[in-house]
Amino acid sequence: MAGIGIDEVRHVARLARLELSDEELHGLVGELTALLEHVDAIRQLDTSGVPATAHAIPLSNVLRDDVVGPCLERDEVLAAAPAAEEGRIVVPAILREEP
Amino acid sequence: MPEGYETVVGLEVHCELATATKLFCGCPNVFGAEPNTNICPVCLGLPGSLPVLNRRAVELAMRIGTALGCEIRPSVFHRKNYFYPDMPKDYQISQYDEPVNVNGRLELPDGSVVGIERAHIEEDTGKTTHVGATGRIHGASHSLVDYNRAGVPLVETVSAPDIRSAEQARAYVIELRGVLVATGASDGRMEEGSLRVDANISVRPTGSDILGTRCEVKNLNSLRSLVRAIEYEARRQVELLEAGGAVTQETRHWDEDAGVTHPLRSKEEAYDYRYFQEPDLVPLVPDAALLEAATAGEALLPSDRRRRIAEVFAAHGAEASAEQVLTVIELDLDQLVLDAVEVGADARLALARAANEAAARPDDARRLDPRAFADLVKMEHDGKLSATQSKTVLGALLEEGGDPADIAARLGYEALDTAELEAAVDRVIAESPDEWTRYVGGDAKVTGYFVGKVMQATKGRADGKVVSSVLAARRDEAAGR
Ligand SMILES: [Zn+2]
Repeated sequence: MAGIGIDEVRHVARLARLELSDEELHGLVGELTALLEHVDAIRQLDTSGVPATAHAIPLSNVLRDDVVGPCLERDEVLAAAPAAEEGRIVVPAILREEP
Repeated sequence: MPEGYETVVGLEVHCELATATKLFCGCPNVFGAEPNTNICPVCLGLPGSLPVLNRRAVELAMRIGTALGCEIRPSVFHRKNYFYPDMPKDYQISQYDEPVNVNGRLELPDGSVVGIERAHIEEDTGKTTHVGATGRIHGASHSLVDYNRAGVPLVETVSAPDIRSAEQARAYVIELRGVLVATGASDGRMEEGSLRVDANISVRPTGSDILGTRCEVKNLNSLRSLVRAIEYEARRQVELLEAGGAVTQETRHWDEDAGVTHPLRSKEEAYDYRYFQEPDLVPLVPDAALLEAATAGEALLPSDRRRRIAEVFAAHGAEASAEQVLTVIELDLDQLVLDAVEVGADARLALARAANEAAARPDDARRLDPRAFADLVKMEHDGKLSATQSKTVLGALLEEGGDPADIAARLGYEALDTAELEAAVDRVIAESPDEWTRYVGGDAKVTGYFVGKVMQATKGRADGKVVSSVLAARRDEAAGR
């Protein structure tokens, strides 16, 4: 049975660095449960003879040439970040190596 | 390695591809730019942007696959989701269960073969820098992110767990680097991070064919780190088993200064990357045009270059030192040797001078005129220069170029004629009666003393080997033989 508890919503919100009020958390429990139930309903279908589909149109090899294009202005990008320092974006402390 | 155990290693080598732009956008792929200057809506994952695959990156990835003898297959891209700020979109686009290259092999110089499980395309992440406590945010520390590398194309080559020692792992990385450079995919610079290695290490009782529990060791930034980390980690695991414990499967970090591995802090989330197929990208199918580009313009692979040297040496009846061959290939000096041999230089001596003296200054050596190098080798081989003199002339040749005969003349290195050399030997013998008696009596240890004295007397112009043979002749005369 699909469903999601408030602790799980809080955990995911923390990982996504979303600050949510108790009211918002409770609201999301309901919304996400409804979504998961919908997915659950779809899962009831027998798809054993249906190949996995990632795209509605059969298309392959959409490629571009290796040619340099325009970049964004750094100041513009940094202005959109919560904080910047030495041309870089400030994020909460990272205590482990990259994945 | 303690007795009764063997080490089992599989390597994952990440190689940044030498493209002009990133994997999915037109931002420049360059090293050392000002932070956050090579970024755009696509690599920042801004809403409404769409990735488009770089054709050149695909061609290079397929070239790597071809060189490693892989099967090149239709492939798709997945999103690898994780919570970490080095990717602004919170996922990395990678190839998951349907990679472009599978089932290859890499033969090492010693003849051993390491299986290649896959070599897939993925994008690099941004660079995070940890900043110590500043006191600004209640004394908390923070990190800084530069997204210039986010989206740079990588090929990750995953070996089978076929490697059995730290030395073999080293040989594998050198050989793979040679392949990556030969295909034009990479500059092969490990120090600048163009090549990054992770090692999956386990141990098991010798003779067992069951794999032990492995640890993945990261932060191996040099060949030296790789060798040290594998040796350390294997020892650690054996000690654990010997003490009745068990190895825990985990990711460990190599600390180069301390010479140890330690477990990484556990991730906030378990290893569930929730892979799903990237809806913004379509499958990649190796069609005729791509396959043609994948085999075009390929330079000789290291194995071909070894074979080429072996053939030339065999034709000249010369034996090539395996170690010297590896050195000249790694430093791109094998063509110099072959060119010099072609115009008449002694093969063995040309290889030795290239692998030793020239190799000490590889950049200059690659610019060396092969004919001048050949002339120098000939002068030494013909006895016109002693080994010491030859090395000095080569040093000058590397420094300023020119004609080795002119350099030798300028340095006053005229060939010592036989009479002059014999006179010098006789003078030294006369000056050292005690040592001479010992020498004649069969004490070989004093040979060095005489050679040194003669070298001194001739200001290094004599050839050590010739001096030894003159000494031997004089001894035989003295002994009445
Ligand atoms: Zn970009």
